[in-house]
Amino acid sequence: MNKTWNNKAWFLVLPVLLLVAFSAAIPLMTVVNYSVQDTFGNNEFFWAGTDWFDEILHSPRFWEALQRNLLFSFIILALEIPLGIFIALNMPKKGLGVPVCLVLMALPLLIPWNVVGTIWQVFGRVDIGLLGRVLASLGFDYNYVRDPIDAWITVIVMDVWHWTSLVVLLCYAGLVSIPDAYYQAAKIDGASRWSVFRYIQLPKMNRVLLIAVLLRFMDSFMIYTEPFVVTGGGPGNSTTFLSIDLVKMAIGQFDLGPAAAMSIVYFLIILLMSWIFYTVMTSSDADS
Amino acid sequence: MSFSWMAWTLPTAIFFLTILALLIGMSVWEYFSPGGAPRTGILRFESTRGDRLFISLLGAAFIHLAWLGLVGPNLWWALALAVVYAVGVFRFV
Repeated sequence: MNKTWNNKAWFLVLPVLLLVAFSAAIPLMTVVNYSVQDTFGNNEFFWAGTDWFDEILHSPRFWEALQRNLLFSFIILALEIPLGIFIALNMPKKGLGVPVCLVLMALPLLIPWNVVGTIWQVFGRVDIGLLGRVLASLGFDYNYVRDPIDAWITVIVMDVWHWTSLVVLLCYAGLVSIPDAYYQAAKIDGASRWSVFRYIQLPKMNRVLLIAVLLRFMDSFMIYTEPFVVTGGGPGNSTTFLSIDLVKMAIGQFDLGPAAAMSIVYFLIILLMSWIFYTVMTSSDADS
Repeated sequence: MSFSWMAWTLPTAIFFLTILALLIGMSVWEYFSPGGAPRTGILRFESTRGDRLFISLLGAAFIHLAWLGLVGPNLWWALALAVVYAVGVFRFV
């Protein structure tokens, strides 16, 4: 059979290439250019070499923010992934309950990030917020403005409330795609509930779980708006994540060179972690 | 159209042109000597030539950062180490 060589299809890729160029490649190249220079505005730049990278790599402020970010992402994944799987397993598979549950699950995802932050900022306030007042009336000394642990709990619970539904919806999509024949075979074999989950549902959810873990890791590692609105990075620096620190540096202090260097290091860490997650999960999928 | 807002410098232009040259070189290599199908190396996961280039570039970035943070600002030895690392990745991964 003669193969038809028609390269016109490449033109269909052109819009995506242009979009990626203007939305990612050109800004990234500009950040790299800024990271080796100093500027005071007026489009004037002075060569700084690797000074800003050196400054960032020896800055305790950067390493502390990175540790906070890693801890936050670890807690978010440890909470949202199991909780999302658990909720998806217990959602109805047919009947009126399906659309009701899907709409309820989709609702938090439809709320803009800054609105979520505002909701939780008011919700947690001890003077006027429902959560803050209830906890105070129960005798808990809860105050996210003053106590770093309370601030962390508030930011984590807010993120779990906002994003667990994404994991639920992805897992649910994976679960409903499993043919009934698998369950019938398991029933004939007398498989336990755990065995059904371990050997049928979990392997079949592997692909969607990979997407869920990647999305939640990247998003939690880049989190900015919600903690910024709720705590502003405080009390002290206790909820100052890398993105908040970066914005303070770039916009608050107008240190564009160090901010660009920090952006590149931040980007490389996200790239490395995402690649590790992807490789480990796709390799284990291929092995199974 | 002026690109002065992108604040180009000769070293950064050379850096990006090198990456572009690597991508073009990989395409030419694959065209004349196809062999980019996935294979399993010492790290026990499948990788194509493109994957190995990605691993090499990402590793090179971290080698340079580590050198800068732990040794000093003279990065020529870091570059040499990154080249050795890339050869190792293409040979064994």
